[in-house]
Amino acid sequence: MSRDARLALIHQGTLASAALLVAFLVAWQWGPGLLGIPSFIVPPLSMVAREFGHAWQFDHLLFHTGVTVAEVLAGFVLGSLLGAFVGYLLGMSPTAEFALSPYLLALQIAPKVAFAPLFILWMGFTVYPKILVAILIVFFPVMVNVLTAIRGVDPDLINLARSFKATRAQIFWKIEFPNSMPPMFAGLRIGSTLAVVGVVVGELVGGNEGLGYLLAFGEGQANTPMVFVSIVMLTLVGGIAYVGVILGERRVLHYLPARSVNQTIQ
Amino acid sequence: MPDVVRLEYRNVTMRFSAAGGRGMLTALRGVSFSVRDGEVVALIGPSGCGKSTLLNIGSGLTAPSEGSAFVDGERVEGPNAHVAFMLQKDLLLPWRTVAQNVLLGVEIQSLPRRQRSERVQRLLANFNLAEFSGHYPHQLSGGMRQRAALARTLAVDPHVLLLDEPFSAVDAQTRMVLQRDLAQTLRQAGKTALLITHDLAEAVTLSDRVLVMSRRPGTIIDEIVVDLPQREDPIARRHAPKVGDYVARLMDRLDIGHADLEKPAPGAMA
Repeated sequence: MSRDARLALIHQGTLASAALLVAFLVAWQWGPGLLGIPSFIVPPLSMVAREFGHAWQFDHLLFHTGVTVAEVLAGFVLGSLLGAFVGYLLGMSPTAEFALSPYLLALQIAPKVAFAPLFILWMGFTVYPKILVAILIVFFPVMVNVLTAIRGVDPDLINLARSFKATRAQIFWKIEFPNSMPPMFAGLRIGSTLAVVGVVVGELVGGNEGLGYLLAFGEGQANTPMVFVSIVMLTLVGGIAYVGVILGERRVLHYLPARSVNQTIQ
Repeated sequence: MPDVVRLEYRNVTMRFSAAGGRGMLTALRGVSFSVRDGEVVALIGPSGCGKSTLLNIGSGLTAPSEGSAFVDGERVEGPNAHVAFMLQKDLLLPWRTVAQNVLLGVEIQSLPRRQRSERVQRLLANFNLAEFSGHYPHQLSGGMRQRAALARTLAVDPHVLLLDEPFSAVDAQTRMVLQRDLAQTLRQAGKTALLITHDLAEAVTLSDRVLVMSRRPGTIIDEIVVDLPQREDPIARRHAPKVGDYVARLMDRLDIGHADLEKPAPGAMA
């Protein structure tokens, strides 16, 4: 694609995107009224905006958002580190992978969010069970991607390094580790959105902090606008986490040929 | 020292367990030959005759079932700093710039930093890559990538180069230029090389000697001493009338043109 064609695409795409947003907001504001949907089912935009102001002032919206952000961050960072570490370890030891794979598979199949009540039983209404669910849920995509990357290194690259008399550590740091970066970032991207899911489920199950709690609180009071506010805030938190990973990826993988502007969430 | 033997294979036999696990497959049987200092020897033979296995044995990546390889009179027991190899694939690391890629070997062998940068500058200049030193591999053409791979191979200053079809992935014109660059470099640096190729004309124009291997189990069935001047200029050598005779003899030895041949050598008529 030529530079001009690309610029034109970005220009037109942005315009279309903005038009869609406006159309969506308009539909949200006046659609329910026109269709006769009561406001306790779908509150119009202005009502949700008013509730936002109210929650900000009286329901500690900022505080709850902060708690959720902290939990997401902690769960994402710890889960990614753990996933990467185990991925490299299993990648380098086929025996360990063979021995552990049935258990890892079982754990991967088990719905991680189902552990939330258990963790709350163990650790009480603190932030820890939420972080733990997030760790568990982030762990797998990162681990699997790192493991596949280590497995998939071109054997000729390893032979090249070996022919230069590279040690095992040199092969890892000069070939295997950098080679695993692109798939690892694919895993991190998935993990960043999943971390929010893990945290919210934990907050829904128990405790009185975080956006998940606010969600459940709004539901209990039949306060639909508050539920909407919580959903919007959660989407924002997830979006920021995702963009953070993308920015990190651009920095680390700057050597890759330019790819398409938008990448879909896997 | 023209009579010093740099690389030698003594009675090398290689067996693999056959695919499916039934029985053994003999890839190489009793291969013996030697390459003297500064000599370029081409190795030619049908697909699957064990040429690449010979290269792996020479570079110490694979141990032979019987016999041994020797570099500078020492038995090859594992990877060896005096040998470097280059394959058809450039094997450049996409996250390293050209200069960093050329440095890979010397970095692993922890050469002092100052010596490293001097050497890499000289090599990049020799291969017309100086202005691309900061580029990433994906920004280079196929020919430039192979030149960078060759520079990386030479950067560790090996006595012996093992080249496995180094130019078979590039187009014909680029290949001729690369062949000339390689020939000049080998001559100037006085390096010893074993060149595996499918290209009969390449074998004749680049080497002092051509060894012909049989089909599996691979053995050396013929040796042709290339009696042509100007080994450093394969393009000039191509015009020598004798090249045609040598290629004809190679075709005959390789049974090219016979119906039962599995796969014709690509570029054989180039």
